[in-house]
Amino acid sequence: MTEEDVVAENPILHHALRLGDDALILGQRLSEWCGHAPMLELDLALANIGLDLIGQATHFLNLASEIEGKGRDADALAFHRDVLDFRNCLLVEQPNGDFAQTIARQFLFSNWQELLMREIAAAPEPRLSAIGAKAVKEIAYHARFASEWVVRLGDGTDESRARLIAGLDWMWRFVDELFDPKDGAPSLRADWDARIARTLAEASLELPKPRRGIVGGRSGHHSEHLGHLLSEMQFLQRAYPGATW
Amino acid sequence: MSKASSSEAVGPTNSSWPLWEVFVRAKNGLAHKHVGSVHAADERMAIEAARDVYTRRMEGVSLWVVPSSAIVASDPKETTELFEPAADKVYRHPTFYTIPEGVKNI
Repeated sequence: MTEEDVVAENPILHHALRLGDDALILGQRLSEWCGHAPMLELDLALANIGLDLIGQATHFLNLASEIEGKGRDADALAFHRDVLDFRNCLLVEQPNGDFAQTIARQFLFSNWQELLMREIAAAPEPRLSAIGAKAVKEIAYHARFASEWVVRLGDGTDESRARLIAGLDWMWRFVDELFDPKDGAPSLRADWDARIARTLAEASLELPKPRRGIVGGRSGHHSEHLGHLLSEMQFLQRAYPGATW
Repeated sequence: MSKASSSEAVGPTNSSWPLWEVFVRAKNGLAHKHVGSVHAADERMAIEAARDVYTRRMEGVSLWVVPSSAIVASDPKETTELFEPAADKVYRHPTFYTIPEGVKNI
């Protein structure tokens, strides 16, 4: 059976894997800030957001594991899949860069994830909507946190503004994938555009110049960055399979 | 959130951001209690930092943040005259009363 068949046969598995992988990979990315953020308060804030996301990933991957029924639990899905099997969007695997680049990524992603999760929470599939309803409160805070930082950095010093613009430019290529007609959520685009434009206007920033969108994460074609992230995240379970503490 | 209000909040700190004192109300009906401090550039950031640092484990239902510079403290040199006179006035303590059963939070 090809992958397309699996997807067609079980769209809920497909959704759960994507949502779980998005949350897992971004949670892992944010954990890289632990001990390195500009201030203790931000260190905790970024770690908190990362932990929220890893919590969401656990729920979605547990659901995926249950539907898949192959005896791979959420940990096995996280630690024993290889890079081609991950279904996260390219945006979440992008490197942290500086604080402004991290905020740019969070701003674009959390605003999208909030809209998506509101839709999922209201959707008829009970297992997905239960996770979505819980996650949406966390995500609303992430979107608020990142949007406020976009305004502070964009409307701050010349340095902070330049760094934020560079961060947004880096991330902007990966936005179209979120709304891809085949693999994304195209119906959310107008609301998302309005949110992004509102915050950028408040930060007295222009929208980044349109760029050719890069897609492929949803079918396992990832950037070089994901392999490096996984080698760190999966090291322990690969070196010592089944290790617990 | 305005620039004026954040510049008022300059406190005794070696960071570039002002210090804010954080008060948490553990549950409705109790008073806000001082729990510590955070650095933040403005009121909103101070509330969010306080939320992330002090209420992650369901410690509270409400937060106050106050610029540390707005706190007026007693002078340690005046400790003797301010506090010692109370030391030998045991009759000011309500220890001679029995508290009815079922009364909490006294």
